[in-house]
Amino acid sequence: MKEEQKTEKKENADFFKKVEALGLKQAQLEEMLYTMYLIRRFERMADQLYAAGKVHGTMHLSAGQEAVAVGLGLAVQDDDYLVNHHRGHGHFIAKGADVNLMMAEFLGKENGYCRGRGGSMHIADVEANNLGANGIVGGGFPLAMGAGLAVQMQKADQIVLGIFGDGSTNEGVFHESLNMAALWKLPVLFICENNKYGMSMDVEQVIAKLPIAQRADAYGIPWELVDGNDVVAVFDVMNKAVAHVRAGNGPYFVEAQTYRYFGHSKSDRNLYRSQEEIAAWREKDPIFRFRAALREANLITEETADELNEKANGVIESAVEFAENSPEPNVNTLMEYVYA
Amino acid sequence: MPEMTYLEAIRSALQYEMRQDERVFIIGEDIGVYGGAFGATFGMLEEFGPERIRETPISEAGIMGAATGAALVGMRPVAELMFMDFVLLALDQLANQAGKARFMFGGKATVPLVVRMPGGSGSGAAAQHSQSLESILMHFPGIKVVNPSTAYDAKGLLLSAIRDPNPVVFVEHKLLYKTKGEVPEEEYTIPIGLADIKREGRDITVVANNIMVKKTLAVAEELAEEGIEVEVVDLRTMRPLDVGTITSSVKKTGRLLVVHEACQTGGWAGEIMAIVSAHDAFNYLDAPMRRLAGADVPIPYNRLLERAAVPQEEDIAREIRAIMSNKY
Ligand SMILES: Cc1ncc(C[n+]2csc(CCOP(=O)(O)OP(=O)(O)O)c2C)c(N)n1
Repeated sequence: MKEEQKTEKKENADFFKKVEALGLKQAQLEEMLYTMYLIRRFERMADQLYAAGKVHGTMHLSAGQEAVAVGLGLAVQDDDYLVNHHRGHGHFIAKGADVNLMMAEFLGKENGYCRGRGGSMHIADVEANNLGANGIVGGGFPLAMGAGLAVQMQKADQIVLGIFGDGSTNEGVFHESLNMAALWKLPVLFICENNKYGMSMDVEQVIAKLPIAQRADAYGIPWELVDGNDVVAVFDVMNKAVAHVRAGNGPYFVEAQTYRYFGHSKSDRNLYRSQEEIAAWREKDPIFRFRAALREANLITEETADELNEKANGVIESAVEFAENSPEPNVNTLMEYVYA
Repeated sequence: MPEMTYLEAIRSALQYEMRQDERVFIIGEDIGVYGGAFGATFGMLEEFGPERIRETPISEAGIMGAATGAALVGMRPVAELMFMDFVLLALDQLANQAGKARFMFGGKATVPLVVRMPGGSGSGAAAQHSQSLESILMHFPGIKVVNPSTAYDAKGLLLSAIRDPNPVVFVEHKLLYKTKGEVPEEEYTIPIGLADIKREGRDITVVANNIMVKKTLAVAEELAEEGIEVEVVDLRTMRPLDVGTITSSVKKTGRLLVVHEACQTGGWAGEIMAIVSAHDAFNYLDAPMRRLAGADVPIPYNRLLERAAVPQEEDIAREIRAIMSNKY
């Protein structure tokens, strides 16, 4: 046997063992792959709708980062609180949001999650403990901390998932919130999705000491780094982190290292990174990798994997149909929802 | 004279002043290769280098504080906040520090800084990226607020702002960036504190700022055909206010409408009306003064709602006709 074939065999066996040790069943693995496809399809469709002039507003797409959302989504309870940031479509989907209502919101329709008032940057579903995306970078840190305070005071068993990007950790409130969360042992899981760039600025250019996660040390918060393009590894780390937080040990910090494929938003000319860099990350595509690993470990057939992809495609297409056939808000309701 | 966009006029002023004054530098997020979210500093990194096109982490309080500290020590920083909404994260350094340092230190310090920020709705950017906050910023003694509506004014006012020995908030409007006008290549300044009559008229004075000047001018053309001659006063500087230009225009026309995009409650129209009502010009009014402002609602995402939330041309025309016919 050739040397490479041997290592490949070993990797397959490792993957199999790992999945087994994590107790991941066939159906869950398929669900993970499906959800990653669903997110990718949502993001691509968002881009297409924008290009077709059907969207008035901006958006921040997470294609390339699906493994973080899906690995996390599987490790948490449905009623855990989610405090999201602007690049949030994936986390919402992975936590079970209805893509029809997300798409309707994206198109500014009355039956969207926020009645067309919020758009992509403010998708929220408070009834489902989804406390919203945020247009203010770093705006979610204190909210996550405060939600954690409430959960603690209510003696509930939920935890709070605070999701944010690398760039946001330079806002002062990042430090204020970590300190208070640690001080009061609040049930907050801080999840830094490090996709290497803020808008155009490389983490190396803006952060005095890396990795970002080591900043948690200053507050006595345990932290861990994970390959954010490996959905199984993400699930593994999130599982431990969630258990730690849910057991009342205070906050935990996970930094998942990943990459975004699309530009930051629509104003991006992509001048700050090279095509080679993008191509190199595409080689490590989280969906492609997971699918290949499942195949090689004989945990899925080509046909099933294709079917899941097709199913995701169909779901997104019907979400667009739902959204396009949904009504616009009535202009006479402009002044509603400002006060309770 | 060459034609330039409002955005190019801003860049032209920045380049001019950076070439002739070494103390001037720009500080902000993604202002280098990216050129800023709207492209104001696009291409400037090559000419001026990373020392003077100082890119920062995402830290608005840090940007504002760095500019303030550097200004106190002899530099002339021009800070860029990506959206006006983010000034709320920088407000301590701007209002509590930059705006008050001179006074608190008994007049022995100067804080010559400019902070540029694009405000306004119309791009579907929703509630946290579309606000018009100039009314809030006008409230702080020690800070000047300018607000150009044309490319020509943008360049001349920005040059004055950079040379001014005080903290100057320079408010831009997203929808004006692509508008064009004649702008001289060479240097010229427009004094801070002077309003500009953008159109003369005998029947009614409309006082407006930034994008509302453009909208009012379009309405004025339309109403001229009905025989209504509108005088359009472009405030240009929000603080210090040009009381003289406003009151003499009101004396001439006998009618006043104030139009702004900022929310009505606590908005600067109230300030203008208070000034007029306490002035001799009040005696010249033939009709009640009125204001037309943004609705008291966060800017919605949906385009129909977004449009309805701020004054549009048809609203301005309706208000003017109402005042002219004394039917409200
Ligand atoms: C307070 C604030 N500053 C700046 C921005 C503009 N902005 C939006 S997203 C972004 C980059 C954020 O980077 P990061 O936190 O790493 O998240 P990513 O976009 O990479 O997912 C910037 C600068 C903003 N929305 N809010």
